[in-house]
Amino acid sequence: MGSWQRRLAPYFFISPFFIGYAVFFLFPVLWAGRLSLFQMTGIGSAPVFIGAQNYLDLLRDELFRKALFNTTYYALGSILLIAPAALGLALLLTRRRLRAREFFRLFYFAPNITSGVVVAIIFGLVFEHEYGLINNLILAPLGFAKIRWLLDAEFILPAVIVLGLWRWTGINALYFMAGLQNVPGDVKEAAVIDGAGRWQSFRYIILPLLRPVIIFVMTFAVIGSYNLFAEPALLTGDVAGGPDNGGLFMTMLLYMNGFRFMKFGYAAALGISLALIILVLTLVQLRILGMFRED
Amino acid sequence: MRAGVSLPPNPTRARTRAFLDAALTYAALAGGVILTGAPFVYMITGSFKADAEIFSYPLTWWPRNPTGQNYARLLSGEQIPYLRQFGNSVFVALAQTALSLLVATMVGWGFAKYEFRGKRVLFLGLLATLTFPFQMTLVPLFLFMVEIRWIDTYWAIVVPGAVTAFGAFFMRQNMLAVPDELLDAARIDGASEIGIYARIGLPLSRGALSVLAVLAFLGSWNDYLWPLIILRSTEKFTFPIGLATLIGLYKIEYGLILAGAFIATLPVVAIFVVGRKTLLTNITLGAVKG
Repeated sequence: MGSWQRRLAPYFFISPFFIGYAVFFLFPVLWAGRLSLFQMTGIGSAPVFIGAQNYLDLLRDELFRKALFNTTYYALGSILLIAPAALGLALLLTRRRLRAREFFRLFYFAPNITSGVVVAIIFGLVFEHEYGLINNLILAPLGFAKIRWLLDAEFILPAVIVLGLWRWTGINALYFMAGLQNVPGDVKEAAVIDGAGRWQSFRYIILPLLRPVIIFVMTFAVIGSYNLFAEPALLTGDVAGGPDNGGLFMTMLLYMNGFRFMKFGYAAALGISLALIILVLTLVQLRILGMFRED
Repeated sequence: MRAGVSLPPNPTRARTRAFLDAALTYAALAGGVILTGAPFVYMITGSFKADAEIFSYPLTWWPRNPTGQNYARLLSGEQIPYLRQFGNSVFVALAQTALSLLVATMVGWGFAKYEFRGKRVLFLGLLATLTFPFQMTLVPLFLFMVEIRWIDTYWAIVVPGAVTAFGAFFMRQNMLAVPDELLDAARIDGASEIGIYARIGLPLSRGALSVLAVLAFLGSWNDYLWPLIILRSTEKFTFPIGLATLIGLYKIEYGLILAGAFIATLPVVAIFVVGRKTLLTNITLGAVKG
């Protein structure tokens, strides 16, 4: 009796997941591929086969180019600011004999688990151009004029980058801290005894050892910028991204086409393209950062 | 020094330097705490201000005339049924967490503790799709929900949301650590396979379970895009959708919105404080193990 039960048990255990996964994930993925070759606008309308037309339209779509530009701008800006800030924070937080280490770690992590909608609500006040925190408490004392963060197209992306810096530095610092724990203490000691300066030991010992974490952090930063939705949509008060589509991100464009204009075929093509873009970017990034190196 | 004579380090200088180091470290960390905390503080105190005060000079960190008006009006439901939407969020997040724990522990247990045909292929397939962006499935999944009449129901949120490749992978990794000897001993004692999963597998994976529970709850609690697509009636909205409608409609009533935002953040804070140990030590596992 025991043996047949034991043979069947694994299938019993894995079946809820795989049935759900097939129905709610794999099947929609395949459906998206098929739907992207059809024109279908509105629920209940009959899909018309149009081949690659949706993809060709995409290439000519001004808004697609805009969203691609914005998303890339944000991805680069946030990586260049968040990764060094997070690494710096992690280095501070892993110092020996640091008091209140737990408190600091918890505190810096808090923005990460706050709802995107709540964050957008708060930052609506942070970036408000007349009565906002940044203009009045940071820029004014330094003698700068007020910036119309959310009203001038060119300042929306910097605003979203600042929001991203606030929101995701903490979690990335945790990743770096985990990576730093893998740097053996005697390696650091050795660097000190050898008389290696701080910068040298950082540059030639710690940084190379952190490579896996750096790869992880950067890969997820790119994926994260393609996932961004609630914050830019609510900050600009508009799924089209505010003035001149200055805050239009990829997922917002997909939402706009799929669920506002009900252009299902076109939105499906957009989803597939998005997946391909992320795939290519991830591979390029892994290649540049040397994930495939043999050491 | 260059001649090879190593001088003993100057103790005073070393001590000064250590002191400066520590001072700079704490100063930098405290500065970061202020920058991180200020927006939260401004939200909380702002929720006790009249709108006229939020939009007036000089900006105040403490309300000049503290008022409970925003809370009273928010909870009275004259703008949105906030309490109800908050309750909806609690229900959806709990249901989704429970279901995703069940699904993830079962599949994790199956992969970690059994040999079976097709195991390798299924597991590799799972890993390969771990990085597929969810946006790909938004439109077809929505059309599917229309088809099976799940639009404007919580089924459409809870059930697809409970099936995540991450959860399956995470539980599998953690359940590998359960010793096989215990399973064999239980089998000799006549325990059923389901009994072994329930009485040995689950209790021994408590740590991983609590991490996944926290992550699942927070993910569901904060989710915006998919519920926005699915939910149609105001009284079924979860809190993010409800609050977002306020941003659009009543831009001037910011105090009310801040009150709603603050209340919605309280459960997150509670979970965070209670689960801080497991969270902080386990949240980065994925990063390190790659």
